[in-house]
Amino acid sequence: MIPSDLHYTKEHEWVRLAGDVATVGITQHAADQLGDIVFVELPEPGRLLAQFATFGVVESVKAVSDLFAPVAGEVIEGNAGLLATPEVVNSDPYGAGWMLRIRLSDPGQLEQLLDAAAYEALTAEG
Amino acid sequence: MSVTGPKLQPTLFELSGTGRAAGRRIPAPPADALDRLPVAARRAVPPALPEVDEASLVRHYVNLSQLNWGVDTGFYPLGSCTMKYNPKVNEWAARLPGFAALHPLAPDETAQGTLEMLWELEQDLAEISGMAAVTLQPAAGAQGELTGMLLVRAYHRARLDLERTDVLIPDSAHGTNPATASMAGFRTVNIPSASDGGVDLEAFRAALGPRSAAIMITNPSTLGLFERRIVELLEMVHAAGALAYMDGANLNAILGRFRPGEAGFDVMHFNVHKTFATPHGGGGPGAGPVGVRGPLIPFLPAPRVLREPGGTFRLERPGERPASIGRMRAHVGNVGILLRAWAYIRAHGAEGLREVSDDAVLAANYLRGRLEADGAYEVPFPGPCAHEFIASAAGLKRATGVRTLDVAKRLIDKGYHPPTIYFPHTVDEAMLIEPTETERLETLDAFADALLEIAREAHQTPELVTSAPHSAPVRRLDEATAARQPNLRWRPGNRAELPNAG
Amino acid sequence: MVYGPHTPDDRSRMLGALGIGSVDELFDVIPAAVRARAMDLPPGLTELELMARLRTLAGHNRVDLASFLGAGVYRHHLPPVVDQVLLRGEFYTAYTPYQPEISQGTLQTIYEYQSLLAELTGLDVVSASHYDGATATAEAALMTCRATRRERVLVSRGVHPQARQTLETYFAGANLACDEIPRVVEGRDAGTTDLAALMRLLDDPGRPVAGVVAAQPNVLGLLEPMGEIGRLEHAAGALFVAVVEPVSLAVLAPPAAYEADIAAGEGQPLGIPPQYGGPYLGILACRDPLVRQIPGRLIGMTSDADGRRAYVMTMRAREQDIRREKAASNICTNQALCALAAAVYVAALGPGGLRDVAATGAARAAELAAALADAGAPRLHPGAYLNEFAVRVPDAISVHRRLLHRGILAGIPLAELEPGDPSLADGLLVCATECTTSEEIELFAWALRDELTAQPGLPVAASGEGNR
Repeated sequence: MIPSDLHYTKEHEWVRLAGDVATVGITQHAADQLGDIVFVELPEPGRLLAQFATFGVVESVKAVSDLFAPVAGEVIEGNAGLLATPEVVNSDPYGAGWMLRIRLSDPGQLEQLLDAAAYEALTAEG
Repeated sequence: MSVTGPKLQPTLFELSGTGRAAGRRIPAPPADALDRLPVAARRAVPPALPEVDEASLVRHYVNLSQLNWGVDTGFYPLGSCTMKYNPKVNEWAARLPGFAALHPLAPDETAQGTLEMLWELEQDLAEISGMAAVTLQPAAGAQGELTGMLLVRAYHRARLDLERTDVLIPDSAHGTNPATASMAGFRTVNIPSASDGGVDLEAFRAALGPRSAAIMITNPSTLGLFERRIVELLEMVHAAGALAYMDGANLNAILGRFRPGEAGFDVMHFNVHKTFATPHGGGGPGAGPVGVRGPLIPFLPAPRVLREPGGTFRLERPGERPASIGRMRAHVGNVGILLRAWAYIRAHGAEGLREVSDDAVLAANYLRGRLEADGAYEVPFPGPCAHEFIASAAGLKRATGVRTLDVAKRLIDKGYHPPTIYFPHTVDEAMLIEPTETERLETLDAFADALLEIAREAHQTPELVTSAPHSAPVRRLDEATAARQPNLRWRPGNRAELPNAG
Repeated sequence: MVYGPHTPDDRSRMLGALGIGSVDELFDVIPAAVRARAMDLPPGLTELELMARLRTLAGHNRVDLASFLGAGVYRHHLPPVVDQVLLRGEFYTAYTPYQPEISQGTLQTIYEYQSLLAELTGLDVVSASHYDGATATAEAALMTCRATRRERVLVSRGVHPQARQTLETYFAGANLACDEIPRVVEGRDAGTTDLAALMRLLDDPGRPVAGVVAAQPNVLGLLEPMGEIGRLEHAAGALFVAVVEPVSLAVLAPPAAYEADIAAGEGQPLGIPPQYGGPYLGILACRDPLVRQIPGRLIGMTSDADGRRAYVMTMRAREQDIRREKAASNICTNQALCALAAAVYVAALGPGGLRDVAATGAARAAELAAALADAGAPRLHPGAYLNEFAVRVPDAISVHRRLLHRGILAGIPLAELEPGDPSLADGLLVCATECTTSEEIELFAWALRDELTAQPGLPVAASGEGNR
């Protein structure tokens, strides 16, 4: 079951909002598709991201995938812990496997994302 | 694979011992030989290179070689790689001192034998492909692709057409194609394939336009199918003002049957380590000559090999052809490899080469037929195929959980190198199987039998398959840790169990 | 069939199984409009005829000359044990090690090659090899642009012209800029990288520099102030690419010592014969933080399911088959067999042996320099050199040709190596290695003195006594 309190994108990112800070990661579905994750490339603090712009790359043994910002804003920090233990994205993608914290510039953008039910439906088809 | 005997080996560094004679290779230099060099330029700490006696060195490498599988070991049906037999006479040829000891910057008059051979090879490849001219410079197929795309770039710029930024590539293409397009400064436009595996003409038609610099097509395709719509596609491309590049990886299927330049391709590369039997070497070296039609000749890399009216040969001089895109690498090419390709072509002649493709295509269709008849694996595209074909374990996976990866590893236990797996990406659980023309019929049958046996095992004892291989020198490897904590060089105190010294 | 096993019977059986009468039916899919006519090639030769033809061609190459030619490709003693290893069919007929369980031979030998070059360069990450020194240099320069996100590279004219030209070709495709750093023309530092010019080129705020490329030794054989070059360009935020000659690394300060970030070089001197240009070995190495930028294969050590030590291609998601249009490079292969040759060579020589090769070359080169100076051809530049240097010879191209007819390959006229530099018009670039004998040096010096004192226009004595 995927967390019901999050928003999701078609590219398999999730967003958790707390005030004006959005925490971003990838879903279990995405992590499973990628396989054992070996590296995550994240942007520097201060970088400005547009909605759906590429903010980084996630690399597994056999695949690589771009990461897309679900919402626009300024990068506060990337999860430095992923450098040492990228595998936590596979084991705890919604918790310790978080990737990015952004200071949201437009809260309205969240409405364009999927809710838990819509994301479940999307992955059920795939 | 029966690997009785070969044992894992420690590294050279672990075999090393101070004072272990490495042999008296050359006389000792004078003690003061380096005194004239400024101290600041000299090495303060000698490199910690291993000291190993020659006997131990030889055993090290002989034992390591026995952990390897080559064409000389057994069947190697790697699709798109053309693992045909590597003739030994070519190894003899490359080692003749007249060829091996020749310095690339030696004056033309001292290199007439090699220059003549290179010139002839250019002519041969041009004739085989129906192209007007060939460059032998690129060091590999991928470099040939880059050369080709830089030629495309130069062509359009010379016409002052700077809008052509896109290269159209089918989604079944080898990864080098889009990577090459990027390196040449182009944007890749991915074109989905049609359901029969061929190019989707309508998708191409929609994508072609004034921004199209070229298309890159593999023909026969990476699915092992000859592109039946090739005439229309080439017409469409040229009508849009773009050029057509052919990835020649699958040339082994069409020798004497289809000449790309004649058919309308503007530029193509050859993989001599595939079609022309130069050995793969464990990953290289190869060579990737490029053939072009007339309009692209001025842009070819320099220097070209020229024949003078008197019958002697020379290299183009610097600046002799200003429109050239320049150099792709130092010197004239991987000459040692090109020599082997020349010898292969000379041994065959036109009839022999056509027979190569005949037998390669016949063998692939026969093997395909064996699998299609049984049904344990899907054979998604209706025949006939070219020199290779796709089979899929998607159905097997649904029924038993056993995937193509597992089938591949279990084939090792049956004594075969696995085929190419998970390529092209457009087919689920794909196996790309290319037997080549140098395998006996008994081998083809035995391989089919082995694959079918594995399918039965998948139903009856799936664990046996999913935990394969059992009889290889090592079991499945921890690739995740290898990528997360890369250990790319030896350091004393490396982790992981030390193998017993061989 | 020439190399294949199929009998007419085999073919009929296969055709029968397919229910077709002739193999032509399998080619019906080719549209009639583009079916090929017969190829016009010389008829196939038997093995006997082929070998005879090959011997004839090989015989048309002159490899019996007393050679002083280097310029990036060097004649060294090749221990026969190297070729014996290369001839093992399990090595040379194997493919890329995609199935690591049955490729531990290839994988371990390449890991060992990576480790040996890491020792020689002092840098931690060594790729499984690139095509040759020139393309390795070009890729190293591209790495600096990716890593710094800048678009301009400076390349010293001390770098081999063929490597510079290759770099220019690659940069044109990538729409990046490369500017040349000139060499000092006169004085104590003549022939080496002009540091004042480098400073000026670095000092352009509108066009920040991603990387600086310099060679050690440089193309003229001279030793460069690598430490200084490194300091200057690191201060400007650029990365340092050192182009190195691997045998010299046994005795010269390695890239790590002068804080190079990336090392590139031609590995041919490590056990690979000249072969008129290839296949050679592109050495590419970098510091650890740059590992994700390095193109090409990397072999890593890991363990298998039973805990045994094993080797595997790693970090493959960087490569073209996965990254596709976003890959750092399109390279799909490496020069595996050449890397194996290099590893066997270095192991066969050992640290002392490799040092002796470099030191003997240096000793022979000093002997050569003295003999040539005595014969009337002094060195063009005063700076330190290892085993290669330029000498002043008026009308060098013509002298070179006349010496050739006496059986001497007197290096290469600088005017041919560097046509664009008038200051080098009267020069020959010559080298010596452990293979150069004192007799050859004497012969060269004697013939050169003869040529330099001879009157122009007089006929040259027929070669005959020129052969060794």
